[in-house]
Amino acid sequence: MATIIHPAEQSEAASNTPGRFGAYGGRYVPETLMAALQELEQAYAEAQADPGYQAELASLLKDFAGRPTPLYFAKRLTESLGGAKIYLKREDLLHTGAHKINNALGQGLLARKMGKRRIIAETGAGQHGVATATVCALLGLECIVYMGEEDMRRQELNVLRMRLLGAQVRGVTSGSKTLKDAVNEALRDWVTNVRDTYYILGSALGPHPYPTMVRDFNRVIGIEMRQQILEKEGRLPTAILACVGGGSNAIGAFHQFLGDKAVRLIGVEAGGRGKALGDHAARFSGGSPGVLQGTYSYVLQDEDGQVSLTHSVSAGLDYATVGPEHAALHDCGRAEYVSADDAHVLEAVVKLARTEGILPALESAHAVAECMRIAPGMASHDILVVNLSGRGDKDMNIIARELNIQGAQGL
Amino acid sequence: MAILFQQHPGLVVYLTAGDTGLSPRLTHAAAEGADLSATRDIALAAIDAGADVIELGVPFSDPLADGPVIQRASERALARGTRLKDVLALAKELRAARPHAGLVIFSYLNPILRFGLSRFADAAADAGADGVLLTDMIVEEAGEYLAEMKRVNLAPIFLAAPTSPDERLKAIAEHSQGFVYAISRTGITGKQQSVAADAAALVERIRRWTRLPVAVGFGISNADHVTKVGEFADAAVIGSAIVELIERSTEEDAPGAVARFIKGLRQPYPVQAL
Ligand SMILES: Cc1ncc(COP(=O)(O)O)c(C=O)c1O
Repeated sequence: MATIIHPAEQSEAASNTPGRFGAYGGRYVPETLMAALQELEQAYAEAQADPGYQAELASLLKDFAGRPTPLYFAKRLTESLGGAKIYLKREDLLHTGAHKINNALGQGLLARKMGKRRIIAETGAGQHGVATATVCALLGLECIVYMGEEDMRRQELNVLRMRLLGAQVRGVTSGSKTLKDAVNEALRDWVTNVRDTYYILGSALGPHPYPTMVRDFNRVIGIEMRQQILEKEGRLPTAILACVGGGSNAIGAFHQFLGDKAVRLIGVEAGGRGKALGDHAARFSGGSPGVLQGTYSYVLQDEDGQVSLTHSVSAGLDYATVGPEHAALHDCGRAEYVSADDAHVLEAVVKLARTEGILPALESAHAVAECMRIAPGMASHDILVVNLSGRGDKDMNIIARELNIQGAQGL
Repeated sequence: MAILFQQHPGLVVYLTAGDTGLSPRLTHAAAEGADLSATRDIALAAIDAGADVIELGVPFSDPLADGPVIQRASERALARGTRLKDVLALAKELRAARPHAGLVIFSYLNPILRFGLSRFADAAADAGADGVLLTDMIVEEAGEYLAEMKRVNLAPIFLAAPTSPDERLKAIAEHSQGFVYAISRTGITGKQQSVAADAAALVERIRRWTRLPVAVGFGISNADHVTKVGEFADAAVIGSAIVELIERSTEEDAPGAVARFIKGLRQPYPVQAL
């Protein structure tokens, strides 16, 4: 019987127990969900070995979603920062506007294969909700998306998109009315309707097998990235940067490089508006190990184990825990985790828009901000690859409002 | 101490510790820690009215297995500053006042982990609790938890669900002590119209693996439900119905209201040896 609540026991990111990443991960869920999780685990294993399933997924990723995404040399950004050479992995060019479609397609096909026709999902920024609604439209499945009311307000465009796509968006009013609360509500729905419902979780978190499965569906990012940088530069990058909400785009970008010890892996969390608990979503600097929403990982919590509120200008990173594989990578030192605050993130949005003509999602702009911070101090032969997880169209209202407050020019 | 159901069916009463409902008394003496006297008074009244076991619920910020009633109670309890150590102090007080009542600490895992599993086990045992029920702890992950419960001689109580296949029920039955908690239906906590048909079948399946008493909970809200549960199980767990009653009552009236409610739950029924 697995018995791991001690973070200290293992330091390797990989452990032999399925669903465990070092000490982290596992399944801490109401018993009612256990049969469904075991069924999912088995169905996923079968799908991985099923050439028909794999071929359909590959074909949809290519012709429907638009893979492979380009690896783009950001020449003007590089010149303007005057240090490392910067490449952007263009997940923002995917259909629906973010990497979230990689996972939604994989899980949507799996749900159909399992004969489940009622799909539920949670969403923060609305990108996973839009991706799920899109896949459900494509496959003819019923779709219900839980979204915190605060997020519905700040990502209204995505709410409209989901509804146009035929999904039902259910507002969540508990807690801070953001992503964590949407996950709680989706889990409550799943516990209630578990026999006929498939839960498409949108990031590499929650109980096993989700962290592994969602990572696998996003590994394509790193696989392409590796091949593309070798083609363009003949060598691996100095560092890869990705924003970390639940951690799906980051683990997808990092995974293929875990064995390349010379490649630095840098995850960027939401620094929000300050260092006090409640003002940010930097789980690694401000949190401690705990169990939230089915998994053991770093959690922003008070001394009584009550989960803290979080803040970020980006809804997609505004979350109190992080995928367990990142917790393991953090503890063993294979990946570094830093944070970018709201102000620097907005600066990064403007910078990328005006040097490259690319408007990043606020989430992705966290990785751009860290890149802007470290690139100038690096040598010209250093290579940074930023995973640009999504595009910023959805954020135009927030960006315009925030920049006006700060008196930026020209907006 | 042990968990004993004196009458049939036994009654297990869940209370969110620290919740005083929507109409709390205006002044609470500034005690050390949060003032849980309201929960104490309700628990004592419940025991005296015939509750065999009190489940003291530790409020949690993210109660994902709970419906709106217990969610609201948790929010109120947290807003009043209720902490795990206060709940443990309350358990100790209840044990001293009612030596023979069954006492179970009911919690989500994270507050316990944060407190320290081992420290919690010691404190719960010292308080005189009989058992512990963790909503989001499944048998596969429970190695260390079980070892701690064993060390301090506390009963670990696991939940069994209608969706649990037989091999899971077997493990749940083997690792539980005190009683096995059968969830009446797929879903979260909350009242419902009738006892789900799932419940009887689940209890029957559980009994293949254990001679422990089986308590049925989730949705049990009135005397009819309790009678129905008594036909196939050893005890009924009443949660949301009582938490909602407390929500609607003034703090002064809550103990009396809960006592009347509990007395009304056991309709005349032949007393049976378990
Ligand atoms: C564009 C984009 N990037 C990143 C994220 C954060 O999620 P994750 O950390 O799982 O990649 C989101 C979530 O909504 C997103 O929309």
